[in-house]
Amino acid sequence: MDFEISDEQKVILDLVEEVCRKELAPLADEISREGKFPEQNIKKLAELDLFGITVPDEYGGVGMDYLTWTLITEKICKACATTGLVFGANLLCTYPLLKFASEEQKKKFLPSLAQGKSLGAFALTEPEAGSDAGNVQTTAKKEEDGYILNGNKIFITNGEVANIYIVIANVDKRSGARGLTAFIVEKGRRGFTFGQHFKKMGLNALPNVELIFDNCRVPLDNLLYKERRGFRIAMETFAAGRIGVGIGALGIAEAAFEKAKEYSKQRVQFGRPISSFQAVQHALADMATQIEAAKHLLYQAAWLLDHGKPFEKMASMGKLYASETAMKVSAKAVQIFGGYGYMKDYPVERYMREAKLFEIIEGTSEIQRGIIANLLFKEK
Amino acid sequence: MNIIVCIKQVPSTEELQKVRINRENNTLIREEIENIINPFDENAIEEALRLREKKGGKVGVISMGPPQAKRALERALAMGADEAVLLSEVSFAGSDTLATSYTLSMGIRKMGKFDLILLGKQAIDGDTAQVGPGLAEWLNLPQITYARKIEINSKKVISERSLEDSFEVVEAPLPALVTVTKEINEPRYPSLKGVLEAKKKRITVWKSDDLKLDKRRIGLNGSPTQVIRIFTPQSPEKGEILSGEISEVADKLIKRLEKKKII
Repeated sequence: MDFEISDEQKVILDLVEEVCRKELAPLADEISREGKFPEQNIKKLAELDLFGITVPDEYGGVGMDYLTWTLITEKICKACATTGLVFGANLLCTYPLLKFASEEQKKKFLPSLAQGKSLGAFALTEPEAGSDAGNVQTTAKKEEDGYILNGNKIFITNGEVANIYIVIANVDKRSGARGLTAFIVEKGRRGFTFGQHFKKMGLNALPNVELIFDNCRVPLDNLLYKERRGFRIAMETFAAGRIGVGIGALGIAEAAFEKAKEYSKQRVQFGRPISSFQAVQHALADMATQIEAAKHLLYQAAWLLDHGKPFEKMASMGKLYASETAMKVSAKAVQIFGGYGYMKDYPVERYMREAKLFEIIEGTSEIQRGIIANLLFKEK
Repeated sequence: MNIIVCIKQVPSTEELQKVRINRENNTLIREEIENIINPFDENAIEEALRLREKKGGKVGVISMGPPQAKRALERALAMGADEAVLLSEVSFAGSDTLATSYTLSMGIRKMGKFDLILLGKQAIDGDTAQVGPGLAEWLNLPQITYARKIEINSKKVISERSLEDSFEVVEAPLPALVTVTKEINEPRYPSLKGVLEAKKKRITVWKSDDLKLDKRRIGLNGSPTQVIRIFTPQSPEKGEILSGEISEVADKLIKRLEKKKII
């Protein structure tokens, strides 16, 4: 087993770390407090070619692997989870395009996404279709030269700021999940508008927006792959996306852990730093151990994906474990900070609010356990 | 238009606390700390790249230093420079600004034809600001120092020079040497594509024999400046704020000053 990263990866990660330290981290508090979309950060990441990491050269990307993408996303989320999620959600658009789009579609949509000139989004969730992803009510009515979309999507990450959306709609409601079909929908199409901007417990600078399709006409060329393959496209996209969500949670856990460790060395009570108390030491030891365990599940999932091996179980395990670790570690960090930890003056209360999201998106912890159990029983 | 940028690798400002001194030859021990491109030299690289984007041509970077200075040149290549040269030999160690500018001038002559040489106004470690002007003399070039703006106009370079509280506009015929301030631009980060491209480019390393150097002019032998002692300055004592009634505070202050024998 080789746990060494390549020379190339090291240079790139050093560079990303430098940008995170100098540009992203100093703005993270302000972005969160003011709920302002981190446009300047996204521009910086685009200038670095980061949006094109997994997109091959011929479509304007850098053509590196998902493990490198994972390592980079970890650093971005550690510095600023909002920026990391905007960045990560882009993969939910580039991944299905790379996997399912026609050559013409790839040539048309991927270059601007790879260069960060366009942002991408994936729209499945609806008021009645969350964990029950097959229950999508948005319809796609086939016409001679295209489809007419009708329905509402909610909580869509990168809604309104994204230019290219993968939208899941049903071409035949009687078939249920088997009628689901994926479409590529560009911002600006007539009949495609934005509704509510949802207010959240944390990460309020991250756009989560309602998409409204009111007789929105989409040409045949924008059908992704084939009719009735939307559920599969969504499930495969989410499987890969879980590595990204997991690594985002891990970034937050790492940030919370570092802050808590640093604070424990400085904070003096009963005449000595609290890091000298066993209660605090054991807490930090647990936090560090959980972080390492989550990290290796996720790195392995990315490695499996890169090597064309089944990665879905490992991705779900990684997402489940990393998001629950982020929740535990950030709560523990608040505890180590004590009263100060509950105050807005320190970042750990923000980490705790941010961490909660990761146990919910891209399949709740309960759904992950279901997926893992399902795959376990499929094994011999 | 061919531009050559001279860069120096310096200790990262974030790591300055960790810099240690070699007591035997009064130089800094640079191996154990994180090094960066001298920030003003990054401005010079950025300016060269912008001029190339406008006028075409090539950007070469050159540095004199130990083998690990390659990292700085790799970064310059990743930012977009076309070629990189490292002048490296044990005998170069201990060079003062005279020996450094001589050695660099010989390296630049070997690199070939150029229209413009750019440097940062000074290095953040030595702070001498002498290598640029020295180099211009060795190469017999007109020089403009402290440039905060550069324009190239057919065969001339026109530049705004920062002065204490004003600036002057000066021009020089090409080829010329210009040193730049940080106001001139904001240096780019290397892009991923730049990093991957840079990995394919080779860094040329030249030694004194390659450059046919006059051995009396290089390293410690060629350096009239002898460093007698180098030391870490004591950081000033932490300030103290006295509070209370005005008369009370004044009394306290006088007692403190008397105790320190200031009054």
